[in-house]
Amino acid sequence: MVYRVVNKKRPVNLDIATISMPVTAIVSILHRVTGIILFIGLAFLFYAFDLSLESPEGFAQVVSTLETSFMAKFIIWGTVSALMYHFVAGVKHLFMDLGYFEELESGQLAAKANLVIAGVLILIVGVWIW
Amino acid sequence: MVTQITSFGRSGLYDWMVQRISAVVLSLYTIFLVGYLALNPDVTYEQWSGLFETTWVRIFSLLTLLSIGVHSWIGLWSISTDYIKATGVRFFFQSVCGLVMFVYVAWGIQVLWGL
Repeated sequence: MVYRVVNKKRPVNLDIATISMPVTAIVSILHRVTGIILFIGLAFLFYAFDLSLESPEGFAQVVSTLETSFMAKFIIWGTVSALMYHFVAGVKHLFMDLGYFEELESGQLAAKANLVIAGVLILIVGVWIW
Repeated sequence: MVTQITSFGRSGLYDWMVQRISAVVLSLYTIFLVGYLALNPDVTYEQWSGLFETTWVRIFSLLTLLSIGVHSWIGLWSISTDYIKATGVRFFFQSVCGLVMFVYVAWGIQVLWGL
């Protein structure tokens, strides 16, 4: 293969709002977004974990809150959904570290599979909670 | 070469490795806990507290707590160095993340060992 050195000035576009995001980029940025959501959601998980192990009353309170409060269900669903997505994207990342899904075609396919698998898991979690 | 003094291990390669090892621990714990709750939907307080009194669950949970600490630090550090260009703001963001991360680890240890 012959490589040519390109010296001429090329236009650079760093305005993210005008860049069309390929599916691989969407999957990647969601990995970061779900990481941040998880970091915040952990506060609620730790609170529930603490209360549930404190006493039988605390445990009963966690169970009844999760059964009755819409807000509690929504927060736990959001956090566990972020966890499901982050988990799937993380596993995909580990496969990529091993050299898989690095070509354009396989990379896009893996990204789409990531979205589908995470979507199904998030639906299952929603059904489980409600 | 400029050494990033705020990164976890002062080395990109070291952080890269730690991020992956902690990821494996976190994924195994996720499978363990989600699996436990899925298989025991009507878990009682006695079963639940009994589970976290088991030595191996405590060790696994402590390992997970420490993994949460380093994994979130490396992840949020990467994000902050990518998007927050102003040094002061970035340092503030990283300080808040570091504090929250430390609170999580200490809080988790307290719950686990009931100090």
